[in-house]
Parts: sequence; structure tokens; C-alpha cells
Amino acid sequence: MYELLRTSVLSLWANKTRSLLTMLGVVIGVAAVIAMIAIGNGANRQMSEMMSGLGTNMIFIRAGAPRTGGVRQSAGSGARLTLDDIRAIERECWAVGAVAPQVSTPSQIICENQNWMTQVIGSTPGFFTIRNYAPQSGRLLDEEDERAASKVCVIGSTVAFELFGGLDPVGRSIRIRRIPFEVVGVLAPKGESGMGQDQDDLIVVPITTAQRRLVRSQIAGSIGAAFVQARDASMIDSAIAEMRALLRQRHRLSDDEDDDFILSNMTQMVESMQKSTQIMTLLLGVVASISLLVGGIGIMNIMLVSVTERTREIGIRMAVGARARDIRSQFLLEAVLLSMTGGIFGILLGALASFAVTHFLKWPTSVSGGAVALAAGFSCCVGIFFGLYPAWKASLLRPIDALRFD
Amino acid sequence: MKDVLIEVRDLVKTYRSGEEKLNALDGVSFSIERGEFVAIMGPSGSGKSTAMNMLGCLDSPTSGVYLLDGEDVSDLSGDELAHIRNVKLGFVFQGFNLLPKLTALDNVALPLLYMGVRPEERRQRAEQALERVDLTSRLHHRPNQMSGGQQQRVAIARALVGQAPVILADEPTGNLDTKTSYEIMGLLSSVNREGRTVVLVTHEPDIAAYASRVLRFKDGKIVEDVRQSPRQGEEG
Repeated sequence: MYELLRTSVLSLWANKTRSLLTMLGVVIGVAAVIAMIAIGNGANRQMSEMMSGLGTNMIFIRAGAPRTGGVRQSAGSGARLTLDDIRAIERECWAVGAVAPQVSTPSQIICENQNWMTQVIGSTPGFFTIRNYAPQSGRLLDEEDERAASKVCVIGSTVAFELFGGLDPVGRSIRIRRIPFEVVGVLAPKGESGMGQDQDDLIVVPITTAQRRLVRSQIAGSIGAAFVQARDASMIDSAIAEMRALLRQRHRLSDDEDDDFILSNMTQMVESMQKSTQIMTLLLGVVASISLLVGGIGIMNIMLVSVTERTREIGIRMAVGARARDIRSQFLLEAVLLSMTGGIFGILLGALASFAVTHFLKWPTSVSGGAVALAAGFSCCVGIFFGLYPAWKASLLRPIDALRFD
Repeated sequence: MKDVLIEVRDLVKTYRSGEEKLNALDGVSFSIERGEFVAIMGPSGSGKSTAMNMLGCLDSPTSGVYLLDGEDVSDLSGDELAHIRNVKLGFVFQGFNLLPKLTALDNVALPLLYMGVRPEERRQRAEQALERVDLTSRLHHRPNQMSGGQQQRVAIARALVGQAPVILADEPTGNLDTKTSYEIMGLLSSVNREGRTVVLVTHEPDIAAYASRVLRFKDGKIVEDVRQSPRQGEEG
């Protein structure tokens, strides 16, 4: 076996340029497979992260575009979604687990000599549950803050760092639009969302405080949007149905009127995005596989040339006692060696390409062990499959003909 | 009781070219005893090379019987013939037929590889065989770094290494000058005196003179079978 390997390596080495060029086909094919799967996996993982960042079983409610004499205005402008609507949903919709109405406004924050621009969100305690925020220090907002519309806030870790550096912000005072708020807690960092947004760059205040002091709207108590969490995944659809019925009733819409709110199933949205990235991965993989196949055909081509060129060698080996299977395994091994070496270089190149994509294009990639194993196995199979025919052809030569060949 | 090593009876080999049939061998019978040095002579097209291919198990006869060392090899399978070539026969060709990318040592060890001999023993036996043909100083040379005579010595070492009882030499001096030819023939003579049976194909009388018996072929038949006192080689 060792001798066979040595023989194969020697004869491949003897035709360095040719072996290299033949290998190149497989190198590119495997590299493409690795890189494409890495990109696809990266996109997929990003989706999953987005999903977990969002929380599970999420439904998003927005105030819809009302018709004013046939002219549709932009969504949210009618602002007919109120805090009372959301409270009613929490009370009456059985399939709904938690609600987090929110109003938000970008604001300049000042703290002593530091300042920072961030999103200030007014919401209820349900916000933290639904969005998976946990306190790092201090506490979260509670019902009491909401009832009293107190001037307290919880800040994200990015805000904490920008305004306070290494100091503990709990108990200190910051000014949001010149109004002083007491920091009662800091949120544990969540990192970037799937969309590349910093999820720690925010300030949360009680929704009542926000409505009264920060966001002035035309209709009292109106909110822009709310996150609602269904009790579990199987109840998402019934939750949507219940909410639609309730909101239509509360907004006194007749049967022929459109909804003046928008309900979107976030889980479904993310899932369908995930599905489309999966399809993309598959397509990219198929394209990459085709290039691997082409590489394999290159190997077969070269092995056929090699068999013809080395007919005399085959004759000599047969004359001194090589059986058909000895010849067959020699040529097969050469083909497999070519494709496997190509596969190894391809894996390295593919990993490098994925790294480059992440580094320069900022696309997330993930080189999975599975993809590497797949590519290695596939390139080996390509070698066997495309090496088999030339090897078989070589072994069929009659020693007398092979010896006479010039 | 004679010790017959090679026996052929009514050997026929027919080649077809289109409609025509050509009997390259037309019912040839002869036997060779162990230890003989036989030269096969004849003009080109006489069937001597075809006979050599049959004896070498490189080709199968159309009909007839070939007994080698008591075994009927007339209709064995390809792999069985490969085995016979491996253990019973050693080849020396006109064009040397060494593998150009291998060293002398690796070329000589080649038959042992297909015999399944372990690497250390292969190396040892190949070294001994090269020592036997006086090429100890060329173990790691490639064929293209050696003279024709040296290459043919490597080929003879390759034929000897497997302890095959029969050495088949097909015009072994065809590509060599006279002086080197005589050296190679001297080497084959001494190999013969050590007990190997040597069958030689040649068309040169001074080369055939080294043999103890001459079989003359013409038109696919044996026309003469004479014994002679062999010319003694200088080497030995």
C-alpha cells in the first residue's frame, strides 16, 4: 500500500504542472462549495440570532393608515392605537401572553459634561420580558413607575458606557430633553441584532411618563406600536384573530371597512426569511457542486491521457507480474490523490475566502465542520468516480499490446 | 528420466487481418529441459517472436497445449497468467523496458512488489540481484543515467530477483554494440550455468552461438532443432 502510494505520488510529481492544473479544478470547486455554504450558513445564523433577539412568538401591532376621504395617509399617522387598546388586549385576549406597547423618540441625552443621541422608548414592564432584556445592575421598571409616571429610566449598556464610562450609573441622574430622569437600572448587553443594530443603545422609560413629557401626540394616549407575545407558537394565529376582532370592535369599524391597524406575525416573517436564505444556500451549493463536477471531469480527462501515455509502463508492470487489479488501484489512487489534495487546498482556500468576505464585505459567514466534511468526502468521491473509468481502461490492456505500444 | 520444464504441443496462433487468416504459429511442438540454453532463430515473420510471447504468457495461443513446470497454462485467466509471469518467468527485452522514473533498485524490486514481499526484504534481494550483475555502484541511478549495457544488466537483475526458473530474452543484444553484446551474453551464460533455463530469441548467429541448442523457425513451423557446444562467455 505504501509502495502504491509512493508510485502514485512519484508519477504525479513527474508531471507537476499538469497535476497542479488538474487539481485546480477541484480546488476551485471545493473552495466554492465551502465559501457558498459558509455564506449561506452565516446568513441563516444571522436570522436565528435576529429571531432570538426579537423574542419568540412575536406579533407586532402598528396603527394603520386611516382613510381620509379616500386618501390614504402614512401608517401610524392616524394614531388610533391607544394604550387602552393594548390594555384591553392584555385583559381580554386569551391567547396573548404579554404585551409591550411602545412610543419612541430619538433624543439627546445629557449627563454632566457628556451627551449622547439615542432612542428613548416608553413602554410597560412587559417590554423586558418580550424583548429578553435582563438587568445587569439596579432594577427594571415596574407597575408602580407606570402608575406614577415617575421620571425614572433603565439604560442600555452602550448608553451607560458612553455617558458614565466605567462608573455605575444606578442612582444617578440624566437629562432627556432637559428633563431630569433617575437611572434605576442598566440592561445586560445583548450585542448586535441580526440586522446589525446595536440592541444596547437605548433608554427605556415608563410609557406614561413618555406620553406625558416626551412624546406629544394628537390623540391622547395614542401609541405608535406594540409588541405582543402569544402564549406559545401554536397560539399565534388565534392571538392574531382575537386581537383583530377586539380592535375592530373597539375602533367601531363596520364590516365593509378596512382594518385601521396592522398585525404582523414576526416569527413567520423571520421564518420565511430564513427559508429564503436556506434556498439561497442550496442554490449556491448546487452551483458550486457543478464546478466541482467540472473539476472531476478534468481529472478524468487527464487520467485518460495519462493511461495512454503510460501504456508501456503498464505493459512492463504487467510483464513482471502486475494483475489487472494492481494496475487499477494504481491509477485509481492517483486520481483520488489528485482530487483529495485538491480538496484539502480547496477547503483552505474556501475558508480563506469566507474569512475575506466577512472581513471586507462585513457579511457574516460560518465555515461549518459539516461543510468541510461534505467537501472532503465529495472531492474524494469525485476522484473515485472519475478515476474509475480510466483505471478500468488501463487494467483492460493486454500485456502484449501494452508492451509493443510506442 | 528427463526433467522437462517447458513443453508445447501443436501450438497454433492465428491472427486475423480482415478476411485473411494468418497462422503466425502453425502447429509447433517442442520441449525444453531444465537447465537448457535455447536460442530461437529465424527470419522476421517466421513466428519466433510469437512463440516467445506464448512462452512468456504475454499472449494466449489459439489452440494447443503449453505446459510450464508441469502446469497447463494454455487457458488460464489474465490474473493467473500474471501470477505465472511473476513467479516462473523473467523477461529481458531488446528495449530494456525499465521504468524511467524508478531507480535501478526500484526497477529490480518491481516483481517482488507484485509478489507481496515485504519492503526490507525487497530491497535486500534487489541489492543482491544487482550485485550479481556487477552494478553495486549504480543502485540509485535512473535508467537514463546509465549506458545501454548497464540498463540491460538491470533488466537481467530484474529477471533474476524473483528466482524464476525460466529467463526469456527477446533479442537482448539488439540495441547494443558488439562488445557489450558479448558481455551481456556472457552474463546470460553464467546465469544459465547457475541452473536457470534460458530461452533466447535472436537472428544473429554469433549471439545464438552462446546457446547449447538452436531452434530454427520458418513460416510458423520449426524447421531445425540442433544441439551445439556453446561458446563460453568471458564473464562468469
